[in-house]
Amino acid sequence: MSDSQGPMWEVFVQKKAGQPFVHCGNLHAFDKEMALQNARDLYTRRMEGVALWVVKSEHIVASSPEDQGSFFEPANDKIFRHPTFYQVPDIIKHM
Amino acid sequence: MNHHFKYLLRLADNSLINAQCLCKWTGHGPFLEEDLALTNIALDILGRSKLLLEHAALIEGNGKSDDDLAFHRSEREFLNTKLVEQPTPDYAYTIIKQVIIDSFDLNLYKELSKSKDDVLAGIAAKSIKEITYHYRHTSSWVNRFGLGTEESNQRAQNALNELWRFTGELCETDETDEWAIKNGIGCSVENFKASWQTQLKNLFNESNLTIPENTFMQTGGKNGIHTEHLGYILAEMQTLPKAHVGATW
Repeated sequence: MSDSQGPMWEVFVQKKAGQPFVHCGNLHAFDKEMALQNARDLYTRRMEGVALWVVKSEHIVASSPEDQGSFFEPANDKIFRHPTFYQVPDIIKHM
Repeated sequence: MNHHFKYLLRLADNSLINAQCLCKWTGHGPFLEEDLALTNIALDILGRSKLLLEHAALIEGNGKSDDDLAFHRSEREFLNTKLVEQPTPDYAYTIIKQVIIDSFDLNLYKELSKSKDDVLAGIAAKSIKEITYHYRHTSSWVNRFGLGTEESNQRAQNALNELWRFTGELCETDETDEWAIKNGIGCSVENFKASWQTQLKNLFNESNLTIPENTFMQTGGKNGIHTEHLGYILAEMQTLPKAHVGATW
């Protein structure tokens, strides 16, 4: 830790009950309770959500930019993975 | 001064001066996130003081506005308790002072939400949620200071030793309070005094902090007798409307 503001935490906000938690930013805090309170004050002051997750940034495992080619590009030429070759019968609603 | 107006004015002044003191930290907090958190709390309390002053002005009924009451009264006309005007030389003072205020106000406004004064009851009901959060924030800082380092514990204890003598006034009842209780406008502090004190005692105990014993309690703020600090607070707060008479915003 190079400054005195505590470790970084990532903040996830749930907009409505049942919806997924979406990453919205990060913050500094020294413990879990402080992280939760700071997230409330920084990211939900204007009715942005109904629930919060905070997680220490160091616990996030991330792919690196160099991984982009080997991780994601092989999917480019495999259009058969998209379910676009199937006829949906008319009686099926809400697909 | 009629009792109803005086009762509301005391509530309003406690919030207004508390908020003004908290606002001094804006931009100077210990770190960015805490700076925003405390400013947020100050804004809640300032908002409550505005609502209370508007209502008080209406009850007084001589055409004054909330701004008139905030900016054109002198020191002796402010009826806040001495606790809220006390300076906070370090962050431990701010937290100890605020946790005492938050815990007291949480109890007070729960009672006031049952007031026969509908406007006051409405303001109180809205405030309960805000103060619940304020208390959560300040009490967790009491834990951190008390159970942190030797220095943080000592600073919190110093603040508690210094500020405890201003807590007696919070529980005083005079003829205005009695009038407000009798008419269902206000509430009796006796209803929650014991549980409030137990709550604070438990919080400080779990944080390795000790409430000083046999403290001589300060009094007078509720009737306009203040410590020297209020004058400086008002001088700063009232600068603009006094320097630019008739200014609007």
